[in-house]
Amino acid sequence: MNIAVCMKQVPDTTEIKIDPVKNTLIRTGVPSIMNPFDRNALEAALQMKDEYGASVTVISMGPPQAKAVLREALSMGADKAYLVTDRAFGGSDTYATSYILSCTLKHLGPFDVVFGGKQAIDGDTGQTAPSIAEHLGLTRLTYVLDIKIQDGKAVARRQVEEGVEVIEAALPVLCTFMKESNKPRYATIKGKLDSFKADIPHVTLADMADIVDTAKIGLKGSPTKVKATFTPQRTANGVTIEGDPSTQAASLLDQLTAAKIL
Amino acid sequence: MSFEQYQDVWVFVESFQGQPKNVGLELLGQGRKLADGLKQKLCAVVIGKDVEASIQAANGAGADKIYVVQGDEYAHYSADGYGHVFLTLCEKYHPNTILVGATVNGRDLGSKIAVSLHTGLTADCTALSVEEETGNVVWERPAFGGNLYAQILCSETRPQMGTVRPGAFKKPVPDPENKAEVIREEIHTDKIRTQVLEFIKACDEGMIPVGEADVVVSGGRGMKNADNFALLQKLADLLGGTVGCSRAAVDSGWMPQSRQVGQTGTTVSPKIYIACGISGAVQHVAGMSESKTIVAINKDASAPIFEVADYCLVGDLFEIVPAIIKGLEARRQA
Repeated sequence: MNIAVCMKQVPDTTEIKIDPVKNTLIRTGVPSIMNPFDRNALEAALQMKDEYGASVTVISMGPPQAKAVLREALSMGADKAYLVTDRAFGGSDTYATSYILSCTLKHLGPFDVVFGGKQAIDGDTGQTAPSIAEHLGLTRLTYVLDIKIQDGKAVARRQVEEGVEVIEAALPVLCTFMKESNKPRYATIKGKLDSFKADIPHVTLADMADIVDTAKIGLKGSPTKVKATFTPQRTANGVTIEGDPSTQAASLLDQLTAAKIL
Repeated sequence: MSFEQYQDVWVFVESFQGQPKNVGLELLGQGRKLADGLKQKLCAVVIGKDVEASIQAANGAGADKIYVVQGDEYAHYSADGYGHVFLTLCEKYHPNTILVGATVNGRDLGSKIAVSLHTGLTADCTALSVEEETGNVVWERPAFGGNLYAQILCSETRPQMGTVRPGAFKKPVPDPENKAEVIREEIHTDKIRTQVLEFIKACDEGMIPVGEADVVVSGGRGMKNADNFALLQKLADLLGGTVGCSRAAVDSGWMPQSRQVGQTGTTVSPKIYIACGISGAVQHVAGMSESKTIVAINKDASAPIFEVADYCLVGDLFEIVPAIIKGLEARRQA
């Protein structure tokens, strides 16, 4: 079985701060990490590999430094890694990104299953993976808790707002995973050492020239355009309650009672 | 096709077991403003096995037209089934704008439609307006965990599409006088590649869903571990409320995602929101700033949560929360 895992290198959004004077994002010094949900997707793929025997290929689109997450994926147990990178891919929105990744999967595939995280923590759109499924005509299952292959079909548990669906899907299938899906494994020492030596080939536009429609990639191929960006403004006007903890607690309860909130 | 041939603002009214979800009705309220701005009609799209309750609700929420597609194969959401219906309708009627709730299934459906129609989809919007001179919808959304907001346009293709976060807009007061034109279309498919074998309803261990509680006691990174949430549960029980958390607590594995308040969790507006050890990243604040009264307890006096709190308590939550519990118990006994 051939499994592909799509992943993204993202800034650790919990480390992002706002410059209070210029009111802009401070991105320097913010560490880059493997998108947390993609780590769950990789774990799901590695569990399939453990259970059924499979080849796990990880792909990421981004600049050369995104190789760090691919190397990490290799150290956790992925078999092959490819960096999808080309200046022509820059500025892509979710439509263009999912199109380029779908071409990459065609180029490297075929794959029986394609996994990804439910969303990336920088863009938070949750659209790229299901859009890849649409470009490739794959069955898709988003927000998957776990999955097994039975009689040539995928049977998955899928988390929706009202509960959990047990759902059967025809292969090939694309699934997205989340925090609750599993607990990602750690890299082994040997895995880490091997990953340093591993070759991570680039996949460029030239490699896929026969399948990519250049009208659908990059900034020009992106149907959504950014009109403006801004940082949200907040104003403070709350009451500060001081004193030792018991005084603070008593004062809070007094004030909430007086305001008829309690 | 020229842009003028794409007409009307469509809202997908998602249903669960025949009942409309709030987000679809909220979007009809906001969709009315867009439709008026574009001088077009507001249309609801209802798909399902049992559709009457959703048709009635969409009518009450002010739709001018309601497209209805009914079939046994649509009892459960599927990208194949619902996508087929939506795309068939789009081919026939050419909507200008499509609004979909940013639910689990809505995000899935939105991306399916947008890719198939080769058009732009803006995810998880929190504000919408119309550029009058161009007829473009301005889709406003948070990114980078709510630290940055972006305004997005889909200026070169139609329909223009967005998913919108549940709770971002108010549900309109039902208008029983509204008389929407109900258009029923016979659209069927046998090409659904997924099948729901079983549905297990969430019970969440008897807890009140975080979006429905009058009091939410929420914990963040400052809670230090999963066990400490028992303290918040005790306070929540005393106040007749429930426990919520920030994304940090979910990412640390201390709380399930169903408890998460914020941009990637649930948007809440309880009577009292008590934030314990939550720094107040914009993504969290965006999910709770509509609460009637906000109490913040945090060690760090410069934590941004204090900028939105009505009552600010700087100090150790592990001392203050037990003191509040003790105080409440003493007052109840008195």
